Amino acid sequence: MSRDEVNVVWLGSPTFPKAAHDALQDDQLRRNLKHATTTIRDKRLRAVAELDDWETLRLAGSQIKDRVMRHLDTYLLQLEASVTAAGGVVHWAEDAREANWIVTELVRAKGATEVVKIKSMATQEIGLNEALADAGIEATETDLAELIVQLNHDRPSHILVPAIHRNRTEIRDIFLREMGKHGVPAPDDLTDEPRALAEAARVHLREKFLRAKVAISGANFACADTGTVGVVESEGNGRMCLTLPETLITVMGIEKVLPSFADLEVFLQLLPRSSTAERMNPYTSLWTGVTPGDGPQEFHLILLDNGRTKTLADTAGRSALHCIRCSACLNVCPVYERTGGRSYGSVYPGPIGAVLTPQLVGVGTSDHADSLPFASTLCGACYDACPVRIDIPEMLVHLRAKVVDAHRGGVPKPEALAMKGAKVVFGSPRRLAVAERLGAIGGRIAGIGGGRWLPGPAKKWTGARDVPVPARESFRTWWRKAGRG
Amino acid sequence: MRIALFIACYNDALFPDTGKAVTAVLERLGHTVEFPMAQTCCGQMHYNTGYRREADSLVGAFNDAFRGYDAIVTPSGSCGGHVRHHHKTETAPNVYEFSEFLVDVLGVTDVGAYYPHRVTYHPTCHSLRMLRVGDKPLRLLRAVEGIELVELPEAESCCGFGGTFAMKNSETSVAMLQDKMGNVRKTGAQTLCASDNSCLMHIGGGLGRIKSGVRTLHLAEILAATR
Ligand code: SF4
Repeated sequence: MSRDEVNVVWLGSPTFPKAAHDALQDDQLRRNLKHATTTIRDKRLRAVAELDDWETLRLAGSQIKDRVMRHLDTYLLQLEASVTAAGGVVHWAEDAREANWIVTELVRAKGATEVVKIKSMATQEIGLNEALADAGIEATETDLAELIVQLNHDRPSHILVPAIHRNRTEIRDIFLREMGKHGVPAPDDLTDEPRALAEAARVHLREKFLRAKVAISGANFACADTGTVGVVESEGNGRMCLTLPETLITVMGIEKVLPSFADLEVFLQLLPRSSTAERMNPYTSLWTGVTPGDGPQEFHLILLDNGRTKTLADTAGRSALHCIRCSACLNVCPVYERTGGRSYGSVYPGPIGAVLTPQLVGVGTSDHADSLPFASTLCGACYDACPVRIDIPEMLVHLRAKVVDAHRGGVPKPEALAMKGAKVVFGSPRRLAVAERLGAIGGRIAGIGGGRWLPGPAKKWTGARDVPVPARESFRTWWRKAGRG
Repeated sequence: MRIALFIACYNDALFPDTGKAVTAVLERLGHTVEFPMAQTCCGQMHYNTGYRREADSLVGAFNDAFRGYDAIVTPSGSCGGHVRHHHKTETAPNVYEFSEFLVDVLGVTDVGAYYPHRVTYHPTCHSLRMLRVGDKPLRLLRAVEGIELVELPEAESCCGFGGTFAMKNSETSVAMLQDKMGNVRKTGAQTLCASDNSCLMHIGGGLGRIKSGVRTLHLAEILAATR
């Protein structure tokens, strides 16, 4: 994978319908996804049902996030002051290039040529691993699923379960083939037992943990009032990264700030139940600056913009920044379930990706990003599942309008012409009646012979579905003839 | 109570029987209904596809056509949901989806229907999540004489229609449709019922293509059926 390919969007990604075409051919992928999403969906429903104040919690989560977005500048400055007061150093990065440069310089200053990393979407978004590699620094992902994806030079397909599309045998083969190239090799007699696979990863990673001088993490939250930064995870490898090395560098999207430490109460309940359907996530690590003699003695917090302020400027689109990356919307999405995450061509897949990606990269900048808001039936399952009540369907339509507006002028596409035509027809009941009569005649002609295969764009419909034959007489004609109106 | 029928453009042209069925049920219950001839389209398709300007120009006309009615009843869950959520006009709050109107406004669940067939019900997404009609359609169906109502597995999964999604992302749409059809066939039902002809057009189009023999019918048409 070249450097350029790794960013918010994977450059050169096809539009969603094209990518989905390939994914839909892959029966194994569809079966894996169906199984995984159905299981977690049911578990999540049970976990959520256990709390009788779930809806109140969701409301609280969404209100806190609303407040953060309204006063983001204030909270970020407060966070900077708190972190600095606690002995940390804060850096501001406007885009991926700047963030990568800051991290690289920090690692170089320590004279390190390898770093350990704990799963972080922000660093994936900026392509940090590749930037470090260019600088001769090897970054090792320590989250098991991330490690699998990294070793296989693959791309993640899920926020939380990046290797959801791989099965056990594939993972064993990846370990056997790749581990030795980067450190402790996997044992020759490695089986595909989960236990054996986990042990191979443990041994491989242990050596890295003990040697690494620098660790890089993301952040789930950062509290403005105390300067406390938090990461939640389930394997404990993150905790190793956060405590063993001498220097800790955290790259965090600016939207992750929370007003106060007390707000964690809400999010630490919402997140695990929504993401892994657990009552509590196994490892919650919180740190505030540096503590002499305990843990990393140098702490850098990089606050990353990379399109976020631009997103914030759109009041109808900004709630995409409320996202706490729980992945509940992916797991309930019928489109994701069929196509998988990689069809979205972005670090952020599924419903949240469909609204976040186009905003981070800019609507109207590529056919790929512009196709994402249309990758939904607007069924609304994502909105119901989202722990911070992001109205994804509404935002999808908002972004669709932006896409359409970005392409107005110039030569109109057939769709735009059709929409215009429909507006003219619907503009008057008389014109509608005429059109209905013509449609009834045309439709019946098309229906004659029982073939019902239509040419041109309509083929997309008739490839698998019959077309309804327009009625001989519309409702309004019947009504009038019956002397009712 | 002055009741207006909002039939929705595609029902008007493609599924006039649904409108007739709504009329029949309401009249059977003793109500007089009117069909404001000036109505055309609520703009949902335009709005959802991103053609907001075009949609906006239809809102005023909708409002003019339906002004002055106490209730505006529609057999289309998605159009009803669209008007209630997106038309910021005085008529929007008076719009009811057919099953809502029967149960919530008229307070009836037994409309005196007779339909002696094995039926399964698909709760369309917009009725389910936008209008929150809940089990109202099922309560109405349960009261139908002679009906054998069977549960649809994975009932709440989207059928894959999604308006222009069915064309723009036709392959994904069809993949979802196949799962829905599989579940419908598992029930052994002769009739698939829903409260929205747009989803039924998609599912019915698929069931027709594979010659499944399963009939698709709008809720209103089952409720209109009598001995
Ligand atoms: S949009 Fe909501 S449901 Fe989806 S990942 Fe973000 S927080 Fe979770």
